[in-house]
Amino acid sequence: MMTDLNKALIDFCLRIADNSLIHAQRISEWTGHGPILEEDIAMSNVALDLIGQSRGFYTYAAQIEGDGKTEDFYAFRRGEREFRNKLMVEQPDNKDFGFTMMKLFLNGCFDYLMFRDLMKSTDETISGLAAKSIKEVTYHVRHAGDWIVRLGDGTEESHQRIQNSLNELWPYTNELFEQDSVDALLISNGIAFDKEKFRDEWTKMVHEIFAKATLPVPENNTYSPTGGLKGIHSEHLGYLLAEMQYLPRTYPDAVW
Amino acid sequence: MRRLVVTIILAKLIRPVIPMDINVKMDDLSEKENAFNDSIQAGKVIEPKDWMPEKYRKQLLRMMSQHAHSEVVGMLPEGNWISRAPSLARKAILIAKVQDEAGHGLYIYSAAETLGMDRSEMIDQLLSGKAKYSSIFNYPTLTWADIGAIGWLVDGAAIVNQTVLAKCSYGPYSRAMLRICREENFHNKQGYQILAYLMRGTQEQKDMAQDAMNRWWWPALMMFGPSDKESPNSADLLKWKVKLFTNDDLRQRFIDRTVEQAQAIGLKIPDDKLKWNEETRHYDFGEINWDEFFQVINGNGPCNKLRLKQRNDAHANGQWVRDAAKAYAAKKKVN
Ligand SMILES: [Fe+2]
Ligand SMILES: [Fe+2]
Ligand SMILES: [Fe+2]
Repeated sequence: MMTDLNKALIDFCLRIADNSLIHAQRISEWTGHGPILEEDIAMSNVALDLIGQSRGFYTYAAQIEGDGKTEDFYAFRRGEREFRNKLMVEQPDNKDFGFTMMKLFLNGCFDYLMFRDLMKSTDETISGLAAKSIKEVTYHVRHAGDWIVRLGDGTEESHQRIQNSLNELWPYTNELFEQDSVDALLISNGIAFDKEKFRDEWTKMVHEIFAKATLPVPENNTYSPTGGLKGIHSEHLGYLLAEMQYLPRTYPDAVW
Repeated sequence: MRRLVVTIILAKLIRPVIPMDINVKMDDLSEKENAFNDSIQAGKVIEPKDWMPEKYRKQLLRMMSQHAHSEVVGMLPEGNWISRAPSLARKAILIAKVQDEAGHGLYIYSAAETLGMDRSEMIDQLLSGKAKYSSIFNYPTLTWADIGAIGWLVDGAAIVNQTVLAKCSYGPYSRAMLRICREENFHNKQGYQILAYLMRGTQEQKDMAQDAMNRWWWPALMMFGPSDKESPNSADLLKWKVKLFTNDDLRQRFIDRTVEQAQAIGLKIPDDKLKWNEETRHYDFGEINWDEFFQVINGNGPCNKLRLKQRNDAHANGQWVRDAAKAYAAKKKVN
């Protein structure tokens, strides 16, 4: 019989892993299609980091769950209602480089602060994964932040385009901070930490870059998409999964 | 997972163009050229600052820019399967592999720039269709097995070529090749491993692997180019040690090392005439369809239009980003 705490720990890991994987899946769409060759390389690095993070957290979940679960089971054999990523990362980039950088930045700042806390987790696997991930996320935030400044303070067109991306993605940032009973249980055990507590710091972090980029931050909105924690997504996720999972789903007995 | 780190040079300084010796008199020139040829025969490595015949510079620039374009266009057929890789490990390996090719493109572009042409100019030639790239990338990747076939056969053929180029007479090119070859071995292995897994899998997987073998084998042999009798530049290139072996030599070397690898995992090579020849100590093989090769080279392969469109789209799509970076760099310089 699995304890409630272990159940919560699995959910917690899957949320982080799903978010990184879906984000990586989007970013890797750029490999071979970037605005300059150096960015093909940089974005591939980011995608590799995020896949690495998802594999780490999936593997830990599989270890706790047992029952023959593997990282690939979680990634390729679960349906759209079972994925726990935030809605922001599944949004299509449509080859808009500014949109990709904005997503990477907004989510990255959140991940940075989350992993910084998780490094103090009483669960050693979690704190270890966090310590590894934070180095990568630090680079992601810096890379995306630099681009946001360049694009915001570049040409008139780039300013307008990156502003549009910010306006479009801003409503999705509320969901980043959502928590539920899973978090509560882990927080009370010193395994995870209250995300509300770093919300102000996150706001300061992103505002600082937007000021440098000469981008006014949108008014706090009434509309804020949500649903990731319950597996209720936008229509985009179904297509992303259909593509990503097609081989293991078509050939269920195959080993690759 | 290995990661590649390349510093982004945004406000890239234009490299000084290598001064061309335009004041040399004709007899002077042939004297210089003779001395140049002699020094190459003596094993000298040519560096960017050294005098070189204009034809040597031009041929090398053509070869190197074509090579760089091939690395970059080569990202497209494999990139086509990143979103559908069948496991997280395979996905990561494939991204890292395609990323390496971007890195190869970068090294070779900068090595080629030492011959006096800017990267952006070379890229313009690719986008306009003026410059060529390896014909192999004008074939489509239809199944996952194609990713295995490309890594094993296409990168395998590239290794044969590049190992030799690493000893060529032009220093920057030979050093770029040395660096690249190490990574190509990883590409080759991961491709072979994909096929090996398929060949010990279900019947559907085996069929998938054999089908990829059937479609990629001949185009891979064509990668070495036509027989040297029909290769207009071969004589000069051999004399200057830009090429060290003929196309046919290298093709034979590739076949010899690949046949046993195929047999080891149960793949059949789609050539009835393929046979070990005890006398020559090489494999005999069938006739290559050079009509097909020239069709593809001249723009009529299955994916020529698509590949050029994909490169042009990426370039156009990124124009505003490059413009912004330039404008921002200029502003920061002034302030
Ligand atoms: Fe390469
Ligand atoms: Fe190559
Ligand atoms: Fe390669």
